Amino acid sequence: MKTTWKILLFLLLCFVSIAGISFPIVKNPQAWYEFPFIKGLEENAKIIFFHVPTAWLTVIAFLMTAIYSIKYLRKKNLDDDAKAYAAAQLGIIFCILATVTGAVWAKFAWGSFWSWDPRQTSIFALLLIYGAWFALRSSIESEEKRATLSSVYAIIAFVTVPFFIFIMPRIMTGLHPGSADDTNAGPIVDFKMNGNMQLIFFLSLIGFTILYFWMWRLGYKSIIYRDKLNKKLIRG
Amino acid sequence: MKSYALFKKDISSELRTRYAINALAMFIIVTLSIILFSIGNERISSSLTGGLFWVIIFFTSMSGLSRVFVSEEERGTSLTLQLIAAPSTVFSGKLLFNLILVFAMNTVIAILYSALFNTFVLKNFALFLTSFILSNIGLAFASTIIAAIISKAGAKGTLYPVLSFPILLPLILTSVQLTLFAMDGTSFETAKFELAIVGCYDVIIFTVSYLLFDFIWKE
Repeated sequence: MKTTWKILLFLLLCFVSIAGISFPIVKNPQAWYEFPFIKGLEENAKIIFFHVPTAWLTVIAFLMTAIYSIKYLRKKNLDDDAKAYAAAQLGIIFCILATVTGAVWAKFAWGSFWSWDPRQTSIFALLLIYGAWFALRSSIESEEKRATLSSVYAIIAFVTVPFFIFIMPRIMTGLHPGSADDTNAGPIVDFKMNGNMQLIFFLSLIGFTILYFWMWRLGYKSIIYRDKLNKKLIRG
Repeated sequence: MKSYALFKKDISSELRTRYAINALAMFIIVTLSIILFSIGNERISSSLTGGLFWVIIFFTSMSGLSRVFVSEEERGTSLTLQLIAAPSTVFSGKLLFNLILVFAMNTVIAILYSALFNTFVLKNFALFLTSFILSNIGLAFASTIIAAIISKAGAKGTLYPVLSFPILLPLILTSVQLTLFAMDGTSFETAKFELAIVGCYDVIIFTVSYLLFDFIWKE
């Protein structure tokens, strides 16, 4: 039982990767394995199965860092700080992945790696916040002080960042699918994708999310065990 | 009333040494002259001057606004302050001081800037003034709470701009846009969405910093 879900997760991610890359995009999808042709995205549309989950997990990780920061400030339990730290560690990895995959896609879709589209600005701001958060943590020696100050900073950053992720890309005119002036590839998830494309997209989202929570659990447990061992070694 | 007393104490100790005022004044001159030297005889476009205006404001704020809390830590007076005043009193006193400092500093920058750059012409002055006041309030709020955080951490000088930049980014981007609107002579009706963003930012950052200051101060 303990390993069954891991095998299932492995199979799910394998299926999503193979299906996402190899299923063809055609004008009129007939067979179950064919994807529809989305105007303005064409063959580039396949990135949706990998780029969107990484961007989604960046935000989820940020949300979890903020939640465990609030928890830490309420209860002052250092385990919550370890959980926030593990979430942010994964968050910065997924943030870099989302930035890089987005930039590579932009090279082929828009013609340049970086063009300060509102979405690119928002992911860049997230990257800066993660970087600043780790810089703040590394500058403080005392454990409790580090946990408190970084929790406060994470919460402040969390309440200002929705300006980027949820407001600015939608009101500003931009190149990214889903911007304010986007007429040809508007809300893609709702009606431009057909059934099987939606299915694989949501399967990929679920698969990556489970993978994230698994990695996060391993991450925070290892941090807590390491701290306990360190304390044991010091006390002798 | 107590926060006003704290504000008066900060003013008088500042006037005794004039550390922050001198540092800010020199920094304004240095940044302005670097920009003027690098431009040379080149005639820059008006949209670039709107952005450069906020570059000067950002870097000047980063040089002097952390003094309010860092000076307390350096003089070792923060413990006394914790004994005699509630955290909210300390915060509002320091906030008042930083607000006055930001307004003075940015007014000087705006006057010098419009005198030195011919292309910095404001067609809609009322819009500029409104956005200027709103952005200054946001800048003072955000810089005060970040100053409180870094005063407790090591490596204070370098950490301040690093921590402030992501928090200030929404404010600065919108303010640059509003300054460009004011230079183009756009009406209030067109700019109301950007003004609303800056206003929301002020409210959010004030609420969250007021709530979280207790945790930093007691650390």
